[in-house]
Amino acid sequence: MKRITTSTILIATLAVSACTNPGRFGGEDGTYVGSAAPVNTGIVPGSANDPASTAYFQQAIGDRVLFEVDQSNLTATGRATLDGQATWLLTNSDYQAVIEGHADEQGTREYNLALGERRANAAREYLVSKGVPASRLRVVSYGKERPIEVCSNEACYAKNRRAVTVLAGGLTS
Amino acid sequence: MSVRFTLKCLAAAVAIFGFQAGGALAQQGPLRIEITEGVIEPLPFAVPSFQPESAEAGQMANDLARVVSDDLTGTGLFREIPASAFISTVSDFNAPVQYADWKAINAQALVTGAVNVQGNSLTVKFRLYDVFSGAELGSGLQFSGTTEGWRRMAHKVADAVYSRITGEGGYFDSRVVFVSETGPKDARKKRLAVMDYDGANVQYLTDSGSIVLAPRFSPTGDRVLYTSYETGFPRIYVLDVGSVQRRVLESADGTMSFAPRFSPSGQTVVFSISQGGNTDIYSMDIASGQSVRLTNTPAIETAPSYSPDGGRIVFESDRSGTQQLYIMPATGGEATRISFGEGRYGTPVWSPRGDLIAFTKQNKGRFHIGVMRTDGSEERLLTASFLDEGPTWAPNGRVLMFARETQGASGSSTLYSVDVSGRNLRPVRTPEGGSDPSWSPLQK
Repeated sequence: MKRITTSTILIATLAVSACTNPGRFGGEDGTYVGSAAPVNTGIVPGSANDPASTAYFQQAIGDRVLFEVDQSNLTATGRATLDGQATWLLTNSDYQAVIEGHADEQGTREYNLALGERRANAAREYLVSKGVPASRLRVVSYGKERPIEVCSNEACYAKNRRAVTVLAGGLTS
Repeated sequence: MSVRFTLKCLAAAVAIFGFQAGGALAQQGPLRIEITEGVIEPLPFAVPSFQPESAEAGQMANDLARVVSDDLTGTGLFREIPASAFISTVSDFNAPVQYADWKAINAQALVTGAVNVQGNSLTVKFRLYDVFSGAELGSGLQFSGTTEGWRRMAHKVADAVYSRITGEGGYFDSRVVFVSETGPKDARKKRLAVMDYDGANVQYLTDSGSIVLAPRFSPTGDRVLYTSYETGFPRIYVLDVGSVQRRVLESADGTMSFAPRFSPSGQTVVFSISQGGNTDIYSMDIASGQSVRLTNTPAIETAPSYSPDGGRIVFESDRSGTQQLYIMPATGGEATRISFGEGRYGTPVWSPRGDLIAFTKQNKGRFHIGVMRTDGSEERLLTASFLDEGPTWAPNGRVLMFARETQGASGSSTLYSVDVSGRNLRPVRTPEGGSDPSWSPLQK
């Protein structure tokens, strides 16, 4: 069950990063996108097989954790993902991050903004507890304003109730 | 039954509806509750095309009468008798009315008008007749303005007619600020817009470059508070409707501020700040930027709204475990829970009359717009759908506007209005989708 959840997250992550989150490097030629990354020259900077890249963080580490209905406590899967994020952030210390909290559409606008902030903050506090400096992590909530899935049932809602760690900074900025 | 009596009857029925819709409905037919079914037999009226008193006034005379008729018909309380049924024509605003001709087609109310246009100045006169008693109801009135504002003149006439027949304040000469929406759910574009209450004269106040949420009119309708992600983080802005100039309100770095509303004085804003996973309610003096914390719990406390006298604030909190409605003094302090029904309650808004709280209710996967008394009694649900949200009161406290979002990938948001009795649910026509409406006071 846990394995399925993890791979679902990874697939969702790949899908999203492929269409909405160009990396710091190579966003225009798309070399970082999943299996399309060239393998013959070894590591392409900024691609998903460059362990210091945004694409690697999004796809291999996992940039998001999911939440149960109306909850902001982290699941075991979520904590495992955040452990990976913390390790990565400590290794790649030139990155800042904004943790974006989101809710599904089943709620009123203001409440969902506050709930998304609770979720993002839960992820932030966990990362801080693992040693990531608080000064590198900001939170913002989008409430129900930015779903990634648009169907109106639990299959989509489950993916929309999320906290996504969005990297900023890095070597080139 | 005399017509005078019928007109008074309608006024009485409307007055009762304001407070006890359920009871009034139940006594008039078989016992059944259909939330949005009309029950009152609408009062038949006639509005012949107004009389042009200058050469330039012809088209406007016709258009004005149409808007007056649309306003009245739109309430669900009136039914227009089409011009094709007329026996009499009105060719002179000051000539005696042929009551028998209007009686014959069962027009219980007759509105006549005259229009004078000189350059860009416009004068509109009207008279209201109670046909069956053969007398004018109130005396003739005259409004002056510009040709550009011709719809407002029509709304003023309709407000006067509505007021005289129902005994209620009018609401047609008012505006609504809202979020105009385009695009699919996962790439929705939002921008602020303001329009006449009926969806006419839409004007955009921001572009769609950043997410904008929940605009709220000031008590005089000259300013709007709203939340924007312009900086990447939600912040509250105050915008002057006339000049479209805006400024951001004070906020601390690393926090989010949202859900603003004006106090009745227009000088204070009450709103939420989220920080460190906790959301509380604050008030801020707009001029000085000085703020005061009003709630201090680990719960989510948001969506505050002042009572009309400014003394109390209704808000939502999940301190009990789920979203519920509470009332506290405007200076903070002990809050009293007022919602106790099944489900969750949010987005409370105090009625301009002070008697009712409108809210969004979520129960068993459905959303409702409802009202309750300020002590939480007499809860009534007015609507039901996949997602109804965010009511706002018409200036006379008789009608609510809200947003209805449809489900699924192609879902979109549309503004609706509904009478506080639960009757007369209608979409409000806007050029794009709409959400987060906020009704202005009656214009001066």
